[in-house]
Amino acid sequence: MADFVDGYVLPTAIIVAQILAIVLPLLVAVAYLTYAERKVIAAMQMRKGPNVVGPFGLLQPLADGLKLFMKETVVPSGANRAVFVLAPMLTFILSLIAWAVIPFNEGWVLADINVGVLYLFAISSLGVYGIIMAGWASNSKYAFLGAMRSAAQMVSYEVSIGLVMISVLLTAGTLNLSQLVEAQKTVWYVIPHLPMFVIFFISALAETNRAPFDLPEAEAELVSGYNVEYSSMTFALFFLGEYANMILMSGIMTILFLGGWLPPLDIAPFNWIPGIVWFGLKVALLLFGFLWVRATFPRYRYDQLMRLGWKVFLPFSLIWLVLTAGVLMATGWVPTK
Amino acid sequence: MIVQALVFYMFAAIAVAGGVMVISARNPVHSVLFLILVFFNAAGLFLLLGAEFLAMVLVVVYVGAVAVLFLFVVMMLDINYLKLREGFLQYLPTGALVGLVLLVELGLVLGSWVFAPEAPAQLAAPTPADLTNTEALGQIVYTQYVYLFQAAGLILLVAMVGTILLTLRARDGVRRQNISRQISRTREESVEIRKVPTRGGI
Repeated sequence: MADFVDGYVLPTAIIVAQILAIVLPLLVAVAYLTYAERKVIAAMQMRKGPNVVGPFGLLQPLADGLKLFMKETVVPSGANRAVFVLAPMLTFILSLIAWAVIPFNEGWVLADINVGVLYLFAISSLGVYGIIMAGWASNSKYAFLGAMRSAAQMVSYEVSIGLVMISVLLTAGTLNLSQLVEAQKTVWYVIPHLPMFVIFFISALAETNRAPFDLPEAEAELVSGYNVEYSSMTFALFFLGEYANMILMSGIMTILFLGGWLPPLDIAPFNWIPGIVWFGLKVALLLFGFLWVRATFPRYRYDQLMRLGWKVFLPFSLIWLVLTAGVLMATGWVPTK
Repeated sequence: MIVQALVFYMFAAIAVAGGVMVISARNPVHSVLFLILVFFNAAGLFLLLGAEFLAMVLVVVYVGAVAVLFLFVVMMLDINYLKLREGFLQYLPTGALVGLVLLVELGLVLGSWVFAPEAPAQLAAPTPADLTNTEALGQIVYTQYVYLFQAAGLILLVAMVGTILLTLRARDGVRRQNISRQISRTREESVEIRKVPTRGGI
């Protein structure tokens, strides 16, 4: 019996506690990302943004959440009930499980697996299912058109994201995220791989369906795209999933290019600050980029979006990959164990 | 160990049940969704075997790419479900016969099948102990058998080029956007400022 408790019950309890320690702050971060978005865009447009609920409108996200929670869930009569309810759940779950492999600090990771990068890539390639299922199950033409656009867009940009990841992996010589961060001790990969960082950032915008690539929910033509038939908590799950995915993409960029938890310089005032703070600061910086882009650029036209993905990013990242491999071989910098 | 066995039976049972649902679900979209469930459980089985690289690749390639295209196509089809069931009885004898023949053949193979004598020895050491299985696979595919692997890739490339060639048709009268021409336009060649005299026109 003691064997059973030590072998299974205790580890399970510890893992559940760790999961809660990741998910709860994440959900708070998601709530305040929506607040930050409204405030940042308001500042850029010389408005005030939310300022009524609580001091500086700080309780606004809670009020919004409560509002969505109290609303009635409407399932359209023509909808495919099971798939309709499954889709938002899937979106939300997928946006949370990816965090299992993200290292927040040295050793602060739930599952330190050897194929961490592949795991992240696999999970992000599944994100499209929530959207297609929602669009199809709603049995509504706007929702379906939005879902089709979104699926095409996400599949296209995943290709360039994959190639960018391979270039970085070649330089680091590992698929483990913690080792990948350790490999950036000498120089962050944003410096040698700067063009790839830019491509990854733009692809991340497309992958998370953010402006200027928010065609799936182009409100002028598709009402609101794939989630038009959703209300109440089912809508809230899509919303939370989308914002959690933004944070996740920023986290991946931080790990791949900005040296994760590492301070910019390993000297006195910088390395006093704990790694998790650096990680958070870098993620926040990238998230600000997401919001800045949204406030700045008009929406892309659909055919131009596809052209950018297939005819510009894909060839360029492929050439960069070959170049990276060539340089590593020629200079003998190939990472060895 | 017992937990591992339980997990194995869970994955295996869900995979088999999902496989049955793929062929018996009424709605083809549901069939594809069950197929995805089967892929996931197969990935879980790979994980139990310690082949984490294969598990992830299975999810990335099959679930993330192949099944999305499947779902895409199946959702776009305008299927009449009643029509789909119509010919069921008519095709049942033929289908049952083909199934029966396959089952008998499988039985024959299974009955007379033995492991090659050198196979169990290799099973015991699937990957060298000091390598992760990503590296072990990489060495086999990209170092040991690199020419064979590249040849396989070339064959696929030829097949792809052939497919594109067969389906490509040049349509005339299509007006395409030429981005480089748009960008290289200058103010001088595209804008002309003229003084228009009142009631004169140009």
